[in-house]
Amino acid sequence: MTQAQRLAAGGLVDRSTPVSFSFDGKPFTGFAGDTLASALLANGVRLVGRSFKYHRPRGIFSAGPEEPNALVELRAGARREPNTKATCVELYDGLSAESQNRWPSLAFDLHAVNQFASPLLVAGFYYKTFMWPSAFWERLYEPAIRRAAGLGRLSGESDPDSYEKATAFCDLLVIGAGPAGLAAALVAGRAGVRVILAESDFVLGGRLNCETHEIDGAPGSAWARQAEDELATLPNVRIMRRTSVFGVYDGECGAIERVADHMPAPPEHAPRQRLWKIVARQTILATGAVERSIVFGGNDRPGVMLGSAMRTYVNRFAAAPGRRIAVFTTGDDGWRTARDLRTAGLSVECVVDTRHTIAPDVLSLTGDTAVYLGSHVVDAFGGHGLRSIDIRDAGGIRKRVAVDALAVSGGWNPDVALATHLGASPTWSDAKAAFLATEPPRSMALAGAAAGHWTLAEALHDGGTLGMDAATRYGHPQLAQPRFRTSDEATEVQACWHVGGARSKAFVDLQNDVTDRDIALAAREGFRSVEHLKRYTTLGMATDQGRTSNVGGLAIMAELTGRTIAETGTTRARPPHIPVAIGAFAGLHRDTHFKPTRLTSGHQWATGQGATFVDAGQWLRAQWFARPGETDWLQSVTREVRTVRSAVGVCDVSTLGKIALTGPDVGTFLDRIYINTFSTLDVGKVRYGVMLREDGFVMDDGTTARLAPDHWMMSTTTANAAKVMQHLEFCHQVLWPELDVQMVSVTEQWAQYAVAGPRSRALLQQLLGTVADLSNEAFPYLACREFRCGSLPVRLYRISFSGELAYEIAVPANYGDALAQALIDAGRDLGVAPYGTEALSVMRIEKGHVAGNEINGQTIASDLGLGRMMSTRKDYVGRVMAARPALVDSKRPSLVGLKPVDPAARLRAGAHFVARGVPASPETDDGYMTSTAFSPTLGHWIGLGLLADGPRRTGERLRAYDPVRAGDVDVEVVPPVFVDPKGERLRA
Amino acid sequence: MRYSLLSLLANAVSGHKAWKPQWRDAAPQSAYDVVIVGGGGHGLATAYYLAKEHGITNVAVLEKGWIGGGNVGRNTTIIRSNYLLHGNIPLYELSMQLWEKLEQDLNYNAMISQRGVLNLFHSDGQRDAYARRGNAMRIHGVDAELLDREGVRKLYPFLNFDAARFPIQGGLLQRRGGTARHDAVAWGYARGASDRGVDIVQNCEVTGFTIADGRVTGVRTSRGEIRARKVAIAVAGSSSRVAAMASFRLPIESHVLQAFVSEGLKPIIPGVITFGAGHFYISQSDKGGLVFGGDIDGYNSYAQRGNLPCVEDVCEGGMALMPAIGRARVLRSWAGLVDMSMDGSPIIDRAPVDGLFVNAGWCYGGFKATPGSGFVFAHLIARDAPHPAATRFRLDRFRTGNIIDEKGQGAQPNLH
Ligand SMILES: Cc1cc2nc3c(=O)[nH]c(=O)nc-3n(C[C@H](O)[C@H](O)[C@H](O)COP(=O)(O)OP(=O)(O)OC[C@H]3O[C@@H](n4cnc5c(N)ncnc54)[C@H](O)[C@@H]3O)c2cc1C
Repeated sequence: MTQAQRLAAGGLVDRSTPVSFSFDGKPFTGFAGDTLASALLANGVRLVGRSFKYHRPRGIFSAGPEEPNALVELRAGARREPNTKATCVELYDGLSAESQNRWPSLAFDLHAVNQFASPLLVAGFYYKTFMWPSAFWERLYEPAIRRAAGLGRLSGESDPDSYEKATAFCDLLVIGAGPAGLAAALVAGRAGVRVILAESDFVLGGRLNCETHEIDGAPGSAWARQAEDELATLPNVRIMRRTSVFGVYDGECGAIERVADHMPAPPEHAPRQRLWKIVARQTILATGAVERSIVFGGNDRPGVMLGSAMRTYVNRFAAAPGRRIAVFTTGDDGWRTARDLRTAGLSVECVVDTRHTIAPDVLSLTGDTAVYLGSHVVDAFGGHGLRSIDIRDAGGIRKRVAVDALAVSGGWNPDVALATHLGASPTWSDAKAAFLATEPPRSMALAGAAAGHWTLAEALHDGGTLGMDAATRYGHPQLAQPRFRTSDEATEVQACWHVGGARSKAFVDLQNDVTDRDIALAAREGFRSVEHLKRYTTLGMATDQGRTSNVGGLAIMAELTGRTIAETGTTRARPPHIPVAIGAFAGLHRDTHFKPTRLTSGHQWATGQGATFVDAGQWLRAQWFARPGETDWLQSVTREVRTVRSAVGVCDVSTLGKIALTGPDVGTFLDRIYINTFSTLDVGKVRYGVMLREDGFVMDDGTTARLAPDHWMMSTTTANAAKVMQHLEFCHQVLWPELDVQMVSVTEQWAQYAVAGPRSRALLQQLLGTVADLSNEAFPYLACREFRCGSLPVRLYRISFSGELAYEIAVPANYGDALAQALIDAGRDLGVAPYGTEALSVMRIEKGHVAGNEINGQTIASDLGLGRMMSTRKDYVGRVMAARPALVDSKRPSLVGLKPVDPAARLRAGAHFVARGVPASPETDDGYMTSTAFSPTLGHWIGLGLLADGPRRTGERLRAYDPVRAGDVDVEVVPPVFVDPKGERLRA
Repeated sequence: MRYSLLSLLANAVSGHKAWKPQWRDAAPQSAYDVVIVGGGGHGLATAYYLAKEHGITNVAVLEKGWIGGGNVGRNTTIIRSNYLLHGNIPLYELSMQLWEKLEQDLNYNAMISQRGVLNLFHSDGQRDAYARRGNAMRIHGVDAELLDREGVRKLYPFLNFDAARFPIQGGLLQRRGGTARHDAVAWGYARGASDRGVDIVQNCEVTGFTIADGRVTGVRTSRGEIRARKVAIAVAGSSSRVAAMASFRLPIESHVLQAFVSEGLKPIIPGVITFGAGHFYISQSDKGGLVFGGDIDGYNSYAQRGNLPCVEDVCEGGMALMPAIGRARVLRSWAGLVDMSMDGSPIIDRAPVDGLFVNAGWCYGGFKATPGSGFVFAHLIARDAPHPAATRFRLDRFRTGNIIDEKGQGAQPNLH
């Protein structure tokens, strides 16, 4: 394909570097420096998309992120990116794009029949119909609507690219590298201010690249190159190209850098995009302005384009938007478009200006072109491409003119969205005929067109002044502010939103197909506030984020309701200012890297022992250790339980929270934390404790050891390690700062193993040698002491979760692996085996110990059979609230044991208890099963549960009601301790 | 004017010129039987049911901005009745049953769509907790199914089953759950109430209460004083501030909750999915946008805007659960003020001032309750006695300990 619409000369594209690409499977060639949109135009492609509701044919309307029409699916396979604006895609070799939201093809789209139903499909029509019969909504109406709606398609495959995050700090963040931004960066940068200059585009210069301005005698684009070169030499300035600041948040800005979007795929090890958080002391918003459209009949035809975009295509990309072009303008700006088009050798058929009088110097810009003053374009015609327009002249006469493109210029909207993310809405200025950000955030200033200062001279001046301000503020030597020499431009504009009397549909929001009539309908039905207008008609909610539609829409509403635009007001902008990929926000935290994986220091050892691991929060814990020949987990777990109950087992319990507390007041502190007393605990002893939340419910349980008079070691459950630490810190820092207590979490500093079973003492004796006196007398139940294992000090606690004679032994974490192995070695002759969390859980259920299933934040101490631990002789967190009437009600569901009436039956946690023979109902629901296990010791399933008035119902038979799973099982209420209720074994 | 395909056709012929305002934009009268403060979903539904169920039509709804501009127009539109506790289930199920008939009742298509709500679980403990919940629902006659991993895969093959940090083990599915078009709910109730004589007064901020001898006699507003025999507060995120005007404190903190919508996409996600190993939930609107959210920002605030860390957290959850959405772009985000109560459940009760009623504490989940909340609140206001489905949402429950704490997080509002 030849580039038939490429101008013979000019532009900033690199004609020596042809780039091939395809659109809808058809091959094309463009040049380096093109966007997909400019390359399509250069190749004469006019029809590029379909609209959302009516599937109207659409062409390229703009040259930037305001593009409502030219959306494509970029790339193929798992990298497919729906809804990509052709105007923002930097052309690269091998690019492939497809049109979207059409079937079967872009030129012949069956959904375009919607246009014929358009008298019905007005704003909000769906609220008035599809109601009958009600079941048809999900079955018929909605699926049809869903299929027709939506724009592009996701691939359905996992995003293969990666995303990075980074943070940057600076004194001055300049957003936008047009003339204002460049001037600001230059002036501040030269003075030594730490500047970040962020620019969405792949070249710096903004409008300078699109206009024919001169600065200091050089073409604007050349001046921009020079400025860029100078900035690049300044070590205190960082230029971030292809980087869009999308959000202003409390204390930081969010920006997205498109690292590899201009390549077919990211280079190896490079991310696709990088999410920046930029922390700046001061921000200059130099984002320019977006041109407005005008609402007239057929204003959506392919070939109708913003005037400024036409200048961009002609001046920057040397691509002709058409050959016979008309200009429709409400201000001086359109005349410059006509001039530039003519300069490029294109035929300008006429300039239509809504104003009656034009300044002579403006009028002279277009030479002998036909001019219609006080006139309007009323209708535009042409299906897949513009063919003609109807002009209504000052005398009210309609005249048809054959054209293939129409430039529309309705004035400018300063791009102030980023100035409103943190607060005040923009306010309307009659003088500027635009919404201005009059109350930007405190650390933000606006420059150039973003501030409503339309001329190049003003932009440069703003930038220079604000750059100087920054230099002064951040203490850098004052240089004289440079002056930039430019020509003056006329910028008069008349507000004209809407041309009446159209014969065809007139669009306000091109993508969402919101017409002037929809706005009238909204007004008629009472949706007059901008918020209602937006929600009722979907105005401004398309992927262009309302850039081309919002202001026009609300201006029309103002007209219709006899209010001024200022009274009507505008909606507030919300981040992101440009759509940002979900993957970019997630960064590396996805898939298996969603959260860190925490491994205990004995992980390798456990792997070597054949462990199957389970997630316990972020930890991986050994769940069981399958032996050769064992085919299912229950077999392995049963063996492990039997080993512990009959010989000895070793279990890694390092994940339990460990908090070291020191200081003379720890005893007092713990007395206030726990419901039971700790200050009386002897050195060398351990005590089980329960702590409550302030509201009286149980927070956590665990043992705390007194290693020395001023040195204590608290253990928490694995799940609550952080929460308890937080709680202790809060209590100390906020409630009782006077207590002399220091604390630190040492969970990761210590590796700890349970050694449990009747032969555990023998095993430890073997490990620690005969110098260690482990006899019951010297080291009884609940003793703790430091011993030596070889030269290594180890801490030994005689505590038991399994109910057997048991110890926990702790070493500094880097010895964890070695200790585990040493324990197994020492126990080889004793029949030792490692056991996992599953066996641990079975044994704690057999023993009636509560764990996370019971301490679920909804239970109080007496629910768990721990009520008697609540001291009456001291105060502690939660004591007062635990005395509330509903918490001392004796009928509360409390802990019981359960066994199946049929010993072969399996129990399941989550089943509810209902009396036998009565239907399950809210009134008969008596509680639920919290934990279950197959008890190898008893040979059948057992359970723990919370049962209303539980302890008094021992012996009663109930239904465990479980309709969401296997169904019901009859159970008998038994005491919660199934094994060794007197606790003889653990004291053995 | 009744809405139907016929009326739509008739109007299409006449160029849609005959449509009337959907509700009257009323000017405030000097006195009403009942004044409702707050023109969100709950206030409007309350007015509607006062008129419809109790024949009380001399009612005004006072809204400081435009109706529907608060949380009812900011939420992620999920409706469900998959609650755990006896205190909660009846209200949400009543609400669900009202949703199921709402469009015919209101003659307004609020696009109630029962495409299913699936809560995923990733561990045995979570499975058992969901079984407990599902069983509780079934006890109340609410539909619930527990799916295993394969069951989930059949519904949502594109979820991350292969490379997940916390592999999906299954999910609790409520097929009757789904979504509703939030704005239409507000407008439909406003229209229904207005048609029955209720005054919908916009741009009318309540700035104080007039109270005589411990009894409320009216409200002070930005549009003058208005007398009322009864006053009902339904202001969601502003609850504490409005209660303070009547000199009482609520066990509520206001927090920021953000939500997100992507660019429009062809259908990929049929129902509602919630992630069980992080803060993320998602559905796809009929228009094609992925509508998703996650945790609250976590600090107390009255600013209707959120911050970046929470955005990242939500999207991390999304990419952990369904990395197929990585290239979908976030189009807009916004935030609402959520009235987080001390136990995560609402308060629907008489206030400590006679004649004053309060409906608050909906946290991030009051949209689904809109019909039920309006229904039971109207009952309470009209009869001065709680509706049977809402007997436990008492203001004094924090004193008595009869709290309704679904999550077991205790009196820490930002954890509910
Ligand atoms: C981001 C987000 C997502 C959510 N997602 C869901 C979801 O998926 N499912 C779900 O069930 N719930 C969800 N919720 C919660 C739900 O939206 C709210 O709980 C519910 O809408 C609150 O009730 P409302 O509609 O009456 O509140 P609102 O709509 O907030 O109504 C309160 C009204 O009171 C007005 N008001 C305040 N002060 C005064 C005054 N002094 N005078 C007059 N008027 C006043 C306000 O302007 C406002 O219009 C979400 C909330 C948010 C913010």
